[in-house]
Amino acid sequence: MALLEVKNLEVFYGVIRALKGISFEVNEGEIVTLIGANGAGKTTTMHSVIGLIPPKNGEITFNGQNISKTPCHKIVKLGMSQVPEGRHVFQELTVYENLLLGGYLSNDQKVIKEDIEKIYARFPRLYERKSQIAGTLSGGEQQMLAIGRALMSKPKLLMLDEPSMGLSPLLVDEVFDIIKTINKEGTTILLVEQNAGKSLAISDRAYVLENGEITLSGTGKELMASEDVKKAYLGG
Amino acid sequence: MQQFCEQLLNGLNLGSVYALIALGYTMVYGIAKMLNFAHGDIIMVGGYTIYVFMNMTGHPLIAVAVAVVFCVLLGITIEKVAYKPLRGASPLAVLITAIGVSYLLQSLAQIVFGSAPKMVKIADMGVLKIGSLKIQNYTLLTLACSIVVMIALTLFVKFTKIGRAMLATSEDKAATQLMGINVNNVITVTFAIGSALAALAGLFYLLKAPSISNTFGSMPGIKAFTAAVIGGIGSIPGAMLGGILLGIVECISYKIPAIAAYTDAIEFLILIVILLVKPTGILGKRRSEKV
Repeated sequence: MALLEVKNLEVFYGVIRALKGISFEVNEGEIVTLIGANGAGKTTTMHSVIGLIPPKNGEITFNGQNISKTPCHKIVKLGMSQVPEGRHVFQELTVYENLLLGGYLSNDQKVIKEDIEKIYARFPRLYERKSQIAGTLSGGEQQMLAIGRALMSKPKLLMLDEPSMGLSPLLVDEVFDIIKTINKEGTTILLVEQNAGKSLAISDRAYVLENGEITLSGTGKELMASEDVKKAYLGG
Repeated sequence: MQQFCEQLLNGLNLGSVYALIALGYTMVYGIAKMLNFAHGDIIMVGGYTIYVFMNMTGHPLIAVAVAVVFCVLLGITIEKVAYKPLRGASPLAVLITAIGVSYLLQSLAQIVFGSAPKMVKIADMGVLKIGSLKIQNYTLLTLACSIVVMIALTLFVKFTKIGRAMLATSEDKAATQLMGINVNNVITVTFAIGSALAALAGLFYLLKAPSISNTFGSMPGIKAFTAAVIGGIGSIPGAMLGGILLGIVECISYKIPAIAAYTDAIEFLILIVILLVKPTGILGKRRSEKV
């Protein structure tokens, strides 16, 4: 059974049909990528799955439960977490407070403390800057913080929306390494990327989203070999 | 000099009451992104509750406690009934609704208590004399209570889970939801705190001038809103600063015969000047909103 199953998802912004009935699934343990150009509907898909934008039609099932009409905070409680596009760390709070908010659903102070230690161990930079206001971090550090914050709720499914956006090539590689590691440790990953080359290389499966429709799907390797994908997303 | 000191104290007194009210405006604005123009009328409801329970029990503490609880429940109810259904609606619709709620509360109070002002005798507190300096004891009580409440609120927001959730919500609502936080609960808590502060403000007004009518909260509400904007709407320290600044200006201006009559105008002039020089208010921050 798929961990996340999306069937005929339709989302409207006013009268604009942003998603025209897309279907895809993410199995436990996989890394799945949605690639597509700006405006294809990737972020809309992410927001709709986690309950920030209500779908007009279609069904979203997570861990066997229909979550199409479940509000965001309850979906997070079920074990889904998201690193939003543009990071969206809490700019005016410290690194430590951001992580605390990531662990909001836990009431066990000891567990929260241990979890924060784990995040610091994974991202030593965050430990060095734990008392710093998040808005003063560099883009790469903010991305680490956004990932660390999303991991605080110990999600079954971690969704990352354009995690490589605006980062230097060196940092992009680091981010993809981190995603691979998180996946190896047992977290299922749904990734949205414009950096098709890097993301397909680490993906088990992938979908191509164009103008609110899924036009292609296959394993990461298959899509990397596809002429259409090469032409449109891999620069020839 | 002595008169200046007395007016400074009076100003601090009035200013700390403005600050308490301004906190309600600023927190609700920061978190629910709306201007709750019915906030001033919560002060009036608090005042009438004190009036009723003073007459019934004669115990100031009971009357104040009931007023705080009643205002908290009223604030939460108003939010649930009037504002929550409009979440996501245009800001103008919410603003008009808030004005509607304000008139509703004033009219209800007029129906229940009539339009003639009522006298509310809470406690005779006496005067403290230091040398030739005369200080009303209620001034000291108001100052002390306001300072304690403001420190407690600052600590609450900084160090409790729900307080952090409030800060997070005011900065980024969507990201806050992604933390598994129910933003509706955060908004409820915010209205509850704001209404409790308004009830306290009602008490402090009555200590100073023990008469209440159905428009009791209008002017303090407008002044405190001005204070919140001067300090930077959405900013908690800004509301405190703006409130105290406005209170001091008001008290000192009243004692200068040449400008006493223009006191309100001077206060609103300060607002205009500050908005021209720094549109976000003294401590307000400009946030660029990314879509």
